[in-house]
Amino acid sequence: MTAVADPPRSRRRAGTGRLAAALVSPTLVVLGLVVAYPIVSAVRLAFYQRNDGVDPETGLLETGYRFVGIDNFADMVTGATAGRFLNALWNTTTFTVVGVAVEVVLGVLMALVMHHAFRGRALVRASILVPWAVPTAIAGLLWNWVFQADGVANDLLPGPAILWTTDGLQAWFAVIIADTWKTAPFIGLLVLAGLQVIPQEVYEAARLDGASPWRQFSSVTLPLVRPTLLVAVLFRILDTLRMFDLPYTLVGPGKDATDTVTVLAFEEAVRFGRYGPASAYAVFLFLYVAVVAFVFVRLLGADVVGARVGRNR
Amino acid sequence: MSTRLRSALPYLGIAAIVAYCLAPFYWMLVSSLRRTSDIFDSGPIPSPLSFESYTAAFDDRNGFLRSLLNSFIVAGATTVLVLLFATFAAYALARLTFRFKNAVLALIIATSMFPGISLLIPLLDLFSDIDWINTYQAMIVPNVGYVLPLAVWNLTAFFRQMPGELEEAAQIDGCTPAQAFRKVILPIATPGVFTTAIITFIAAWNEFIIALSVVNREELKTAPVITSQFTGTTQFDSPFGTQMAAGVIVTIPLVILVLLFQRRIVAGLTAGGVK
Repeated sequence: MTAVADPPRSRRRAGTGRLAAALVSPTLVVLGLVVAYPIVSAVRLAFYQRNDGVDPETGLLETGYRFVGIDNFADMVTGATAGRFLNALWNTTTFTVVGVAVEVVLGVLMALVMHHAFRGRALVRASILVPWAVPTAIAGLLWNWVFQADGVANDLLPGPAILWTTDGLQAWFAVIIADTWKTAPFIGLLVLAGLQVIPQEVYEAARLDGASPWRQFSSVTLPLVRPTLLVAVLFRILDTLRMFDLPYTLVGPGKDATDTVTVLAFEEAVRFGRYGPASAYAVFLFLYVAVVAFVFVRLLGADVVGARVGRNR
Repeated sequence: MSTRLRSALPYLGIAAIVAYCLAPFYWMLVSSLRRTSDIFDSGPIPSPLSFESYTAAFDDRNGFLRSLLNSFIVAGATTVLVLLFATFAAYALARLTFRFKNAVLALIIATSMFPGISLLIPLLDLFSDIDWINTYQAMIVPNVGYVLPLAVWNLTAFFRQMPGELEEAAQIDGCTPAQAFRKVILPIATPGVFTTAIITFIAAWNEFIIALSVVNREELKTAPVITSQFTGTTQFDSPFGTQMAAGVIVTIPLVILVLLFQRRIVAGLTAGGVK
């Protein structure tokens, strides 16, 4: 880690420590204000509800918040809207599992193709960045247009027109397709970077030992790109768990098939102004994401810090 | 398999990838160049060519031009602030030795994993209290917080690639650590800072949920938000052509950046960031 030479340590220390503190603190202050404070505040809000009734004694409209204990969380899983929440949780999870799996397979395929092509690399690199650069909200509108009842997707497909953007399983597929389009090339790019650092001699040795192409892929390539892939997969999973833009602009909110937990929380907070229940959804999502990240780092050994900043050493 | 087919295979693969990546974007472009009356045509080339949708997108009623300006203000201010903070932090994390260094780095990385909605709701509540709803800063400040971790990693990776003797040499020449940073490191790090600036700008330009939540006055909305809320001349008329034209315009600055700096962007993304 610390390959940076530290010559006369004693002389350097005093100045360095203070300099480091001065340099890092603005970032920590910003993250404290925009990330740490809101998280704490969300946890607090999740135990409150806005007063919206009329005070029985004074007859005045009540304002402000009141403490409701775990009511918001209890309502989330057993109340009148529990169905919507559990459904959104199901969508969030299936989008993540299916979407990321498809994206990883396609991304690895793309990386292998790019790795073996010697011409046209610049063209491929430029075009692979296009889906990444298109704003997700705009990508949602684009796919909404492609998936219109008399749009180009139905023109290309045989059989009767499918109402992709209304609701139902087809809307779920539409979101998966759009998400795959936008992110599989990006996984390809990252895996390609991982492939390029594998020394050619490893493959030569495998060939001398008589390994088939498939065997070379499964016993050499895959284990060696595993660290890169694991981090890419982790960050894609975390991204998909908080998915909002695509279902919101491609299908629209309030749809059983595509509402995610984030869409639900957004609707509660922004459209209905119910910050308490919305915070309960948000806190739940936060915990869900934390558990998934923990499992990845601890059980699968995703070396996030090392892969991100140490790979090029 | 014949040898000819075998040698053509990689090129077929390349062609498939290029088509996969560009076809939907091409469709957006083609649709935006059709007349409203033949918007449902499915030919690969618009005929006749028409800029009707672009004129409609820039119609005063839509406020699209203003929203582009808003997007530039928000993404530009975010980029400047993020670079300022991230350059300092990344330098310290990559090249100085101090206590809790790895803990600080892990903490910064952890913040990027938080789901945006968990931060957005309390901020919304806070912004209503301090009258920040419908202001630029309500979009810029959360945006800075969201993009900052990404920029810190990118720059940390760049700073680490530079030879370790740089500060030593500067110190021998009598520089303090702060002077070494300013006079020796920063000038050499310019390409890394530039790449991070592009990636930060693209991330900030594409931000949607914050801008959608903290602003409801038309004249402050950003381009992606305005585009997603276009309405037709009548209630039942979905303005697809107009939306595609606006989508092309919102995306074009990014596509130009990508074409110009593809090598650097790829290097930056694979060295430091995954988003």
